[in-house]
Amino acid sequence: MEEYRHRLMDYVREEIMPHRFCTGCGCGTVLNAFVNAVEGVGLSPAKMVCVSGIGCSSWIPSPYFRSDTLHTTHGRPIAFATGVKIMRPDLTVIVIAGDGDVAGIGGNHLIHAARRNIDLSVFMVNNMIYGMTGGQVAPTTPYGVKTSTTPHNNVEPAFKVAELVMTAGASYVARWTTYHVFPLMESMQNAIRKRGFSFIEIVSQCPDNYGRRIGLRTAVEFLHQFKEKAVRIDKTAGMSEAELADRIIIGKLCDRERPEFTAELHALTRRIVAALKQEQPA
Amino acid sequence: MLDNMSDHEYRKFAARHIPARLFAAEDFARVRRALGRKVLFAQGDIAVAYGALLAGCRFFAGYPITPATETAEIMSRLLPRIGGSYIQMEDEIASIGAVIGASWSGAKAMTATSGPGFSLMQENIGYAAMTETPCVIVDVQRSGPSTGQPTEGAQGDIMQAKWGSHGDYELIALSPSTVQECLNLTIEAFNLAETYRVPVIVLTDGLIGHMREKIVLPEYDDINFVSRKTTAKAAAAYRPYDNDGTNIPEMANFGTGYRVYITGLTHKESGYPSTDSQADHHRLVLRLCNKIRDNVGKIGKVQRDYQNGSGDRTVGIISYGVTSRSVFQAVKELRQRGFAVDHLRIITNWPFPEAEVAELVSRCRRTVIPELNLGQMYHLVREVSSGANDLVPLWKTGGELHTPQEIIEGVTG
Repeated sequence: MEEYRHRLMDYVREEIMPHRFCTGCGCGTVLNAFVNAVEGVGLSPAKMVCVSGIGCSSWIPSPYFRSDTLHTTHGRPIAFATGVKIMRPDLTVIVIAGDGDVAGIGGNHLIHAARRNIDLSVFMVNNMIYGMTGGQVAPTTPYGVKTSTTPHNNVEPAFKVAELVMTAGASYVARWTTYHVFPLMESMQNAIRKRGFSFIEIVSQCPDNYGRRIGLRTAVEFLHQFKEKAVRIDKTAGMSEAELADRIIIGKLCDRERPEFTAELHALTRRIVAALKQEQPA
Repeated sequence: MLDNMSDHEYRKFAARHIPARLFAAEDFARVRRALGRKVLFAQGDIAVAYGALLAGCRFFAGYPITPATETAEIMSRLLPRIGGSYIQMEDEIASIGAVIGASWSGAKAMTATSGPGFSLMQENIGYAAMTETPCVIVDVQRSGPSTGQPTEGAQGDIMQAKWGSHGDYELIALSPSTVQECLNLTIEAFNLAETYRVPVIVLTDGLIGHMREKIVLPEYDDINFVSRKTTAKAAAAYRPYDNDGTNIPEMANFGTGYRVYITGLTHKESGYPSTDSQADHHRLVLRLCNKIRDNVGKIGKVQRDYQNGSGDRTVGIISYGVTSRSVFQAVKELRQRGFAVDHLRIITNWPFPEAEVAELVSRCRRTVIPELNLGQMYHLVREVSSGANDLVPLWKTGGELHTPQEIIEGVTG
């Protein structure tokens, strides 16, 4: 009898499975959606470089996805990815990392990459907590939540990361949750195809280190909540700020054509080299 | 983006960037044309940029900082003229990050900064050491700590260059004493980085960085171009950190079909993390250190100006970098006064040339160590000396070079 082999097994590093994600973690869902999206766009992992930082979701591509992968220092994957993309613009460069990595310690790189509109796809898994270190407050933790470092209450508002990236100049920005897997897969395909900086905020669950602090013990409870709280962006017109305060706005925030950084940079280089050749024929 | 470049465009692009092709005579000729005349009157900051371009550097990421900014300015002007890429990043952390990313994508890559930026880079320098990423970092040292005196030169980063990142690792650091040497040692830095797969630091300073001197550009045949050893193995048989006995693994650049996994975590030969094995960690870190320690003889460079005297009037001077310039004059005057002076100029600060220093110190009644700091290399010299003879640290901070007279007083006083 032929051994069953999943059709997407060639996209992952089977030799280090099973993965290390906790029971109920959203990272497995994101890995699943990502691998399906890559297959959907017909991209060979050999033509991809995945870059990630430090945190649970950084393990989604590194080491589990079978492309060239660069598992960098905390907060810096977008900076490393910038160097990769400039030197190898023919490769598809993807960053998958968490909210602490991308929007906390690495927030500066995020907004500047969006401003440059460099052709990277950044998939930020937002579990609203520092999960790997055991549940400390993140820049994305909602106001009023008790965490291990806000034992009395979080008095800071949460970052609206997708809106921030859109304002900074990205070509494509969307937000989905781990409940909305199929729209997420489609959105990932669009982001990968987009010429320019594309960003998807993926609201995800961390039952072990966030859920237990807010009374959501299981992934199922989280997914129910994501379903209930989600409001499609085209339904938000006419809703007040107060009405939206506790909701998760999902959908495509922007999809627009803007000059892409590496194309601009290399076009400039080609013009300069061509002008020099005219001056000094070899 | 799937069709960012057409295949035709990409082939043309790759032809300019892929390391194996960088050293063709016609590429070198293009660089030489971009640099202009063979004999120039130039600053140290400019000389390191020229050295980098001549060595095959095709990627520079940086952030403006006094007194290193001129290097970024020159690179931004010249790199596009030879088909390379320049980017100004949002900070120094991002700059070294982009350099490491570019290096894994096959480019010879460099950044240049000064003390505050060098401090910011330390975590990623440790990452480059751990992942064995060839790259060059120019640190134009200035008076510190903190913002200090931005336009004033110093030698206060000698220890930071080696010990700045956490954990045990080895890297290479070079100290030029002249503008010509800024150029020559930057070429050397790229060759060492590519040979040993380590970050190499070029430790200039605000004085040499901003000083103008005559430099002569080398010809194609004057330079020994080295590029990283890339693997020829089949993808299935290749493991990123296999040790072939040299302690320096073969590299597989991104996009060449090997689908490597590179991490700053402790990793096995396969590249995969090994976060709780003492044996794996010890084996890895020992190899990272030994690939440099076992090759001190090949890597280390010193300049000896010895009279090999003995007796009461035999003195030694150990110097490096810009400080050596005053020592040259002091040595001349001391010899005229009848002293037997042995001057050891250290060119490779790291790995530290212990054997040469120990030999000199053991022979000299007194050894003087002038530095533009409060005694950093002095510690290293003391470590390898038997303690029988005098060691005289000559400390000076605040951006002024020692006068030859001050060094003479250190010897005679």
